[in-house]
Amino acid sequence: MDIKLDTAPKIVEPTLYELSSPGRVGVDFPDPDVPRAKLPDALLREKLPLPELSEVDVVRHFVKLSTFNYSVDSGFYPLGSCTMKYNPKINEDTARLPGFVALHPLQPIETTQGALVLMYQLQEWLKEISGFDALTLQPAAGAHGEFTGVSMMRAYHRDRGDMKRNKMLVPDSAHGTNPATSAMTGLKVVEIPSDERGNVDLGALRAEADDTLVGMMLTNPNTLGLFDEHVEEICKIVHNAGGLMYGDGANMNAMLGITKMADLGFDVMHYNLHKTFSTPHGGGGPGSGPVGATAALADFLPAPIVDIVEEEADGLPPLYGLVTPAKTIGRIKAFHGHFGVLVRAFTYIAMHGPDGLRNVSEYAVLNANYLLARLRDTYHVPYDRTCMHEFVAEGRWKDAPDIHALDVAKRLMDYGFHPPTNYFPLIVHEALMVEPTETENKDTLDAFADAMIKIAEEAHTNPELLHDAPHAENTPFGRLDEVKAAKDLILCCWLPENYSEQEQ
Amino acid sequence: MTYIPHSPKERDEMLATIGVEKLEDLFQAIPAAHRYPALNLPAALTEMEAATELREIAESNETTNELLSFLGAGVYNHYIPAAIDHILQRGEFYTAYTPYQPEISQGTLQAIFEYQSMMAQLTGMDVANASHYDGATAVAEAVNMALAQFRGKRKRIVMSQGVHPQYRATTDTYTQFSGLEIVSTESSLGTPDALMELIDENTALVIVQYPDFFGRLYDYTKLAEAAHAVKALFCVVANPIALGLLKPPGEMGADMVVGEGQPLGIPLSYGGPYLGYFTTRSKYVRKMAGRLVGESVDSRGQRAFVLTLTPREQHIKRERATSNICSNQGLLVLAAGIYMSLLGKTGMRHVAELCYHKAHYAAEQIAQLPGFELCNAEPFFHEFTVSCPEPVADINAHLLEHGILGGYDLGQDYPDMENRMLIAVTEKITKDEIDTFVAILGEVNHGH
Repeated sequence: MDIKLDTAPKIVEPTLYELSSPGRVGVDFPDPDVPRAKLPDALLREKLPLPELSEVDVVRHFVKLSTFNYSVDSGFYPLGSCTMKYNPKINEDTARLPGFVALHPLQPIETTQGALVLMYQLQEWLKEISGFDALTLQPAAGAHGEFTGVSMMRAYHRDRGDMKRNKMLVPDSAHGTNPATSAMTGLKVVEIPSDERGNVDLGALRAEADDTLVGMMLTNPNTLGLFDEHVEEICKIVHNAGGLMYGDGANMNAMLGITKMADLGFDVMHYNLHKTFSTPHGGGGPGSGPVGATAALADFLPAPIVDIVEEEADGLPPLYGLVTPAKTIGRIKAFHGHFGVLVRAFTYIAMHGPDGLRNVSEYAVLNANYLLARLRDTYHVPYDRTCMHEFVAEGRWKDAPDIHALDVAKRLMDYGFHPPTNYFPLIVHEALMVEPTETENKDTLDAFADAMIKIAEEAHTNPELLHDAPHAENTPFGRLDEVKAAKDLILCCWLPENYSEQEQ
Repeated sequence: MTYIPHSPKERDEMLATIGVEKLEDLFQAIPAAHRYPALNLPAALTEMEAATELREIAESNETTNELLSFLGAGVYNHYIPAAIDHILQRGEFYTAYTPYQPEISQGTLQAIFEYQSMMAQLTGMDVANASHYDGATAVAEAVNMALAQFRGKRKRIVMSQGVHPQYRATTDTYTQFSGLEIVSTESSLGTPDALMELIDENTALVIVQYPDFFGRLYDYTKLAEAAHAVKALFCVVANPIALGLLKPPGEMGADMVVGEGQPLGIPLSYGGPYLGYFTTRSKYVRKMAGRLVGESVDSRGQRAFVLTLTPREQHIKRERATSNICSNQGLLVLAAGIYMSLLGKTGMRHVAELCYHKAHYAAEQIAQLPGFELCNAEPFFHEFTVSCPEPVADINAHLLEHGILGGYDLGQDYPDMENRMLIAVTEKITKDEIDTFVAILGEVNHGH
């Protein structure tokens, strides 16, 4: 929206720079207890224009900012594709144990056996859950895991001397990261359409399955929330062409103890620990994207991975260490992965066990199907069959032509809910992608469904309610002028011009 | 124990609404032969049991709390003010998603905007993005950005061996299918003058570290000019704590300043999660990967912030995106922002000076030990290289017996740097601790 203002915009919370006052400091440090060395005059900086605040200024500022955020701790967050489940508090405590946070990544392994055992165990568990033979914990996020897996696929073909393969198949329902990852590793991306049941179109797939194929990236269940009914056939077609199957594990929350991706025919796959295993999203990160692979691809995993470097003997426990796979694609980041995130995922899996994990997926799928059942008469669902952990509806009606998915999304904020993902996947018009997760109870789901149904009614009877949403009594901010942001490109702020005068 | 809230009665009501009898009925699309595999995992623990087990695992590590640490090599043990973690533990911050809905995400958005501002000013640059995974991937993305700048027509990167070995290894992985040539000086200790000779018309990027991996400090102004003379880009990988004291790379002519943000209030945590910061000039902002927050106004006439220039990103541009990055280190960005605002210009300078003085005291003391020699002829900040009379691994084993984590063994990465130890000293180390370290080091030459 384009917003014209006659006066300067109202400041709800000043920036740190506006709060700054010369001479304030939020934390003191002692004077040096060693003789002062001569400073390198030619290399000293003249000005350091950072804000100056006391501790209480800083704390109040950030607490105020926190109140502007919607979060899982404050309410229902049915953001499709993101698995915004409850983040257990115990995970925050275990990740902050002094024995973990005060560990330097380059310490000798003899001093870090606890951390290495935990990583080894987590590798084993994630292999068991997916059915893969080998696994790395190094990738920092899902997209980073994709980059890792696709690089391994390329390295595999290169190792066989098969240099002509340069094509990656990606369904039209895929996350944007899939084609971006393929392009980043220098591959040509070919999009494969979906059929009328939301599966990969097998005819189109067969037509592209030739000897230039690196492989295919497939999210299953896909971004429509549907389990591909031909997944084994898809894997067979790609394998017969000499290609490899990449599994995007974005939607693993529907698959724990339900099926193993390796059993279905996938060769390599990434997890998203921040989705499936409840590690918090942190306002955008950190994530963690471990990658599992079959025996044929194990040697290409990035370095290092955790392994037993000295077997148990003479009453001594085994020694765990960091090893480099034989044909590794190399290092994909510094050190050994997002260890703090790994501790949280480890805690979560330890507290669930095999039955608990299966329950997670069963109830995630139950919740999604329940909402689908409650909403399908009100919102058109273009691919309507039993869904997995999420489903995609359309936020539009023929008899309410001015209403878009965005309006429904913004109106949901008035009702106290975070909106579903909108405008994705691209193959659904005005998409509203709803993923409730297993941690929400029936009352919450009913309240959400009631709000959605009420909004659909308002779309017809009082569309302005949707266009103007969210309203001032419900949210701290209204809709943003995104055009102005991109046009003005104000990407940082500074201390006021007269700041140094205040100092005198 | 799980976090599933349904009562059996509610579950059955929901199944009835869906029109199926049991949960299993929802999974008919999964091939029957592969449905409900056995999971060979340990039985579930209660919270109480898990808390005990995790505490025991954690306690089996020997950490920098018990050991006196002189390890740095890209990760530094600085004091972290208490207020940071108290703010990070607010569920409003850590259980929120990426701020795609700005009406209900202004907390995260304004915090990122303030971080971008402080990072740009600390480095002397125009703009910072909302971060990459870590220092290593920020370097790899800098290389990608330089390649994109020349649309892949320039294939040469001049990279100092003084850039962190793991950052260089990561860059090699990222670029292994791109036909790129990454060149450096033959000697590990190549100088900026020696790097200058490697720059040619095919060079897309010159990249150095400040201080470099061996602790050396150079004014890179002339090197930047040499890069610019052939229209190549110039990138500096900088330690943000050093910039509290030292001339920012922005004043040396850098086009990009990137690096590891861990020293800014982020715990060691065995290697992550950390924060890759990335800054550049305004003219390159559209070429930079990663999220960006910009200032705007809302429909109520309030100043507000929003993710901007998103058409560069993968969810819009797909295979034509500048990078596949789809997250930022949100919570770590918040930590770094709180750290910089608590310390402010006075505290940032103070911590940097403490590190400087203590490191120089330690270097001076070690240089007086027989058989040890300080290798840094140039100025250094809080980390320096010494040559040792015995293999570093042996010395470190001896130090560990005395509860000391010795410095980094440079011979692991650099064949021409055998017996050289990289020693880091932060503000947390006291004079007495340095004296203890030096005393134990002094024992090695007498045999033990």
